[in-house]
Amino acid sequence: MTEFRPETQLNDVLTSLPPSGIRRLFDIASTMEGVISLGIGEPDFITPWHIRNAGIRSLEKGRTQYTANSGLKELRREAALYMKRRFGLDYTEKNVLITVGGSEAIDLSMRAFIKPGDEVIVPQPSFVCYGPLARLCGATPVYIDLKEEDGFKLTAKALKAAITGKTKLLVLPFPNNPTGSVLSRKELEEIAAVLNGTDIVVISDEIYAELTYTEERHTSIASIPGMKERTVIVSGFSKAYAMTGWRLGYAMAPEPVCAALTKLHQYAIMCAPTASQYAAIEALSQGDGDIEEMRREYNYRRRLIVKGFNDLGLRCTEPEGAFYCFPNISSTGLSSDEFCEKLLSAEKIALVPGNAFGASGEGFVRASYAYSADHIKKALEGVKRFLERL
Amino acid sequence: MDNEILELLDKDSELSAKDIAVMLGITEEEVSQKIERFKAEGIIVGKKVMINWRKTSKELVTALIELKVTPQFGRGFDQIAERFYQYDQVKSVYLMSGTYDLALQIEGKNLNEVALFVAEKLAPMEAVVSTATHFVLKKYKEDGIMFENKQTDDRQVMLF
Repeated sequence: MTEFRPETQLNDVLTSLPPSGIRRLFDIASTMEGVISLGIGEPDFITPWHIRNAGIRSLEKGRTQYTANSGLKELRREAALYMKRRFGLDYTEKNVLITVGGSEAIDLSMRAFIKPGDEVIVPQPSFVCYGPLARLCGATPVYIDLKEEDGFKLTAKALKAAITGKTKLLVLPFPNNPTGSVLSRKELEEIAAVLNGTDIVVISDEIYAELTYTEERHTSIASIPGMKERTVIVSGFSKAYAMTGWRLGYAMAPEPVCAALTKLHQYAIMCAPTASQYAAIEALSQGDGDIEEMRREYNYRRRLIVKGFNDLGLRCTEPEGAFYCFPNISSTGLSSDEFCEKLLSAEKIALVPGNAFGASGEGFVRASYAYSADHIKKALEGVKRFLERL
Repeated sequence: MDNEILELLDKDSELSAKDIAVMLGITEEEVSQKIERFKAEGIIVGKKVMINWRKTSKELVTALIELKVTPQFGRGFDQIAERFYQYDQVKSVYLMSGTYDLALQIEGKNLNEVALFVAEKLAPMEAVVSTATHFVLKKYKEDGIMFENKQTDDRQVMLF
């Protein structure tokens, strides 16, 4: 009798997905003492107390059961009000699905639309999940390389060139992790002009929408005339309210799409965690001030870290959103991986190699500024020593 | 902009003019000039380090004193307050609304020293009607700084 090997039974697509390169780096880092990391992509703030307290109160009151599949009605209503108040978008609670983090909303959106053989356009560098999720649905990811000279923005021209008869979805990952780039209303209008008349659906990942640092606030593509009908907005509470561990996000979409997403969510998840939903009601209804305070703090650090890298001769495009900067390290002659590995072993400083976010991230590194100003300064001093000895 | 500089210094008095300039996107000279002006105008009146003396060998007792006083004719409470805050042992003096008039924070080596100070120096003053002394047993938070339960960075390295 031959031995049963369960790994041979795994989904071929899953097995063929490339392992994450960055894992190895952080495995090394985790064995070292005193590492100064600029690697982490979550807020260093903890959830504001009044929001945590709302979660605690819900537990005290015994609210430990499931909610409606699509989430608490009050929460969905607050989410719609919030979208109107902060970004001028007109949605009602019928357009909102509460999910387990923005990540679930991305996964659901892919599965709701993709048929095997479809193409999904993914601008890169960007968050790592889009391509693998599309492939698991049987789609082919079509990557658009965002260029430093374009400020890592998606251009209408590049989009047009990537569209084929098989294009089903466009992922719009702005404000962008890892580059910090954002798209202005004008730039979105140019993209909308390309999409008009096509059948392409947009998944607009706006998880960093509250963290932009320009005069013009974040604009959602859904606010461009004609685009709301084809857009699923994905967002959540993690970044705006420092609520990563609560695992709560949402999708906003036209009613029939929202209903389809809810059907999927119902089969896969049932509903998002109840205590988190109660905390989120407090966040949306009382948390605008918290957002402003954190945004202001990130902005201080952003200026500090961008100037820091530029002063060291590592050219750093002005990041206008999120909490990352993406300095160009090609002047050192090292690859992104080499740079990060050498920096870690020489100075115990952890950055993320840019190619972890797509091939076009090669030659760059991602530094998070979700760290205190002191911590950032210490890390920059280490990078300086490292560069001097190269 | 002025308030932004002050708020940054309020949180971290060790920030250099250079850092503040970068953080706010203005020049270092501008920041230095403003800080000089804040000092000259008595807006910045001092700076200090927050110390949790409980963790040291130094003996220190803190008390909050509620004082009811009779205001001096024509001079209100200011003159009385002044006679209190000249003492080194008196760390803070506030004029209060409500059931008493002045709140004092007093420090001493031990309970006895503080009690004696209140009995011998404060209570006998002509304007003082009554005092109530409350000893501080534990300090959890002061001026926005947590004294116990320090937050650590427990963030796990997620993939991204």
